[in-house]
Amino acid sequence: MTAARQLLTALASALVMIAATCNVAMAQKAYDTGAGDSEIRIGNIMPYSGPASAYGVIGRIEAAYFKMLNEHGGIHGRKVSFVSYDDGYSPAKTVEQARKLVESDNVLLIFNSLGTSTNAAIRKYMNEKQVPQLFVASGSSKWNDPKDYPWTMGWQPSYQDEARVYAKYIIKHKPDAKIAVLYQNDDFGKDYLKGLKAAFADKAVMIVAEEAYETSEPTIDNRIVKLKASGADTFISITTPKFAAQAIKKAAEIAWTPLQILTNVSASVGGVMQPAGFENSQGVISAAYLKDAADPQWDKDPGMQKFLIFLKTQYPEGNRLDAATVFGYAAAQTMAKVLEMCGDDLTHANVMKQAASLKDFAPDTLLPGITINTSPTDFAPIKQLQLMRFRGEKWELFGEIMSGGLGH
Amino acid sequence: MSAAEEVVTEAPAVEAVPKRAMTLGYGTSLVVLAALVIIPLLVKNFIIFQMTMLLIYALAVLALNILTGGSGQFSLGQSAFYAVGAYTSAILMEHAGMNYALTLPIAGIICFGFGFLFGQPALRLSGVYLALATFALATAMPQLLKLGYFEHWTGGVQGLVVTKPDAPFGLPMSQDMWLYYFTLVVSIGIYIASVNLLRSRSGRAFMAIRDNEIAASAMGVDVALYKTLAFGVSAGITGVAGGLGAIAVQFVAPDGYTIQLAISLFLGMVVGGVGWLPGSIVGSAFIIFVPNIAEGISKGLSGAVFGVLLFLVIFLVPHGARQVAIVAQQLIAKLKKN
Repeated sequence: MTAARQLLTALASALVMIAATCNVAMAQKAYDTGAGDSEIRIGNIMPYSGPASAYGVIGRIEAAYFKMLNEHGGIHGRKVSFVSYDDGYSPAKTVEQARKLVESDNVLLIFNSLGTSTNAAIRKYMNEKQVPQLFVASGSSKWNDPKDYPWTMGWQPSYQDEARVYAKYIIKHKPDAKIAVLYQNDDFGKDYLKGLKAAFADKAVMIVAEEAYETSEPTIDNRIVKLKASGADTFISITTPKFAAQAIKKAAEIAWTPLQILTNVSASVGGVMQPAGFENSQGVISAAYLKDAADPQWDKDPGMQKFLIFLKTQYPEGNRLDAATVFGYAAAQTMAKVLEMCGDDLTHANVMKQAASLKDFAPDTLLPGITINTSPTDFAPIKQLQLMRFRGEKWELFGEIMSGGLGH
Repeated sequence: MSAAEEVVTEAPAVEAVPKRAMTLGYGTSLVVLAALVIIPLLVKNFIIFQMTMLLIYALAVLALNILTGGSGQFSLGQSAFYAVGAYTSAILMEHAGMNYALTLPIAGIICFGFGFLFGQPALRLSGVYLALATFALATAMPQLLKLGYFEHWTGGVQGLVVTKPDAPFGLPMSQDMWLYYFTLVVSIGIYIASVNLLRSRSGRAFMAIRDNEIAASAMGVDVALYKTLAFGVSAGITGVAGGLGAIAVQFVAPDGYTIQLAISLFLGMVVGGVGWLPGSIVGSAFIIFVPNIAEGISKGLSGAVFGVLLFLVIFLVPHGARQVAIVAQQLIAKLKKN
């Protein structure tokens, strides 16, 4: 009897032990600070105040997206807490806020922080701390450097990619073009110009005139006159909206009719083409990677319908004409996808690993055919763009999806 | 003489502050010092970093305080001197491989020279006109830093990344803590030197000019020399603060040194109390922490909330922290009597 009881006890304890090990083997949950059974905390830094505050909408859209996600049960049962701080577009403040997020709020990662110099200021810190700095909201090409900065990854197509798309188009369709470039004298304009020259490579001699303007200048009229005088027949405008509109208008006034190429930054119907005058904007070429929520051609598109319902229910004050809303939505969707792929292994290392293994992922608001692809040696999620031409009162996409990458 | 000129020349730019009222008593100083030494041992690295920035901005506010509170001249161009200091340190560390501690005196000297030279033409201006001239300097600086000619050194629009120094002699402390104590020592040194400067012959000359320029020159004060000197000293200290700031933030870029920074420093000086040197640290705390508080109250309206808080401070305690300190002193004295 005693023997039997002992046997029973032994059996029972063995069973318990097996069950316990099984449990561990089955779950294999791994967390770094910022993740747990019920919550994933992610950080974000936006210029809600200061000179770039118009971009603050991106942060608000992302907050609304994660709120909606949480209402639908979160990611694998975990709620996403989106902690977003204001840096006023000042790099010193960005460093302070990033340290606050990492050291005080214990976030798992920092996501989609906006600005080139602001993100450059925290890149070294994030890589020393080995905390992911994911999907940086800046068009600089330097976020794609997995060898030196394995914890930093970009998101949107870089200026260099976009410049390459234009260069390919010009070399193919107008091989004897004489190009005039107008650019903004700041990190955006200079980075872009560098990309443009790199894209033309040995054909950079095609660029016959360059003019830089300061954002503090009230008008850039005389610069357009100068560019016309150079005899150029192709005009590349690396400008922000206000100056882009001025440039198109002035060119029409002085009867300069080159092939006009306008950076995606300013390809806004309401913000640029309309103030410049639709009659002056005909035939302007640009490139896009996001759907334009103001364009009726997407009204029946299922992705766009999802976005519009989201905007109506979660962020009704959002303006669908503002490209920042479409941008923030797609970025947040990419982030959610990566967290979903992480499963129960929510460590810094696995987040980076999953972010670097996105395959043909297509957020709702990206142009059809453009997908997100990354690999351990490719930290540039979006590399494709499609050319578009302004006709009537809207942009018309044309040609196939073009890759900004080399070799295509 | 036009009405505008009359206003500018007749009203003293800054209310006179007797020189003794410019500092704290020994007891209070020691308490503040003890707090600054002990707190970092008890808090997280992130808080230590914030305290480092607190000291750095306090130095910059102090520099402005010497200029405005001491010699009665306005400046909205402190961000330019701060930028020159930051870039000097960053360039020397990253391109010349110089030790960070050695770059600071160099940053200070270069900024002193820069400020002294800028003080020459500024001599002809006073009051609001001087403020505007310095404003021009602050607006021009970020663009100068972007110029192609200097790009090889400054990194152009991309800025420069600076390496943070480790604690020397194998001291068992984090980089942040080491940098904090290093900054603390530099700050105390500069604070003591500033207090002594204002108590010296030169300091009296500054204040004589502030109170009445004509009377000062009648008494034999070389107005031109001392006015430019005040500019030089102020710029030099701001330069050291800028250098420390570059090391603490580990990054310099033109966008970091806009007119916004100059206005923040000016704000810090007013909130801390014009002409009251210990107020600098209070002013610095205001410009670092109050925007965070404002953001905590409302993200969309953080600017407006900050404005309301600032308005309350100016309205309730127009003389800033100095006024609060005086009231506190009187209360303590009353308690002691009872």
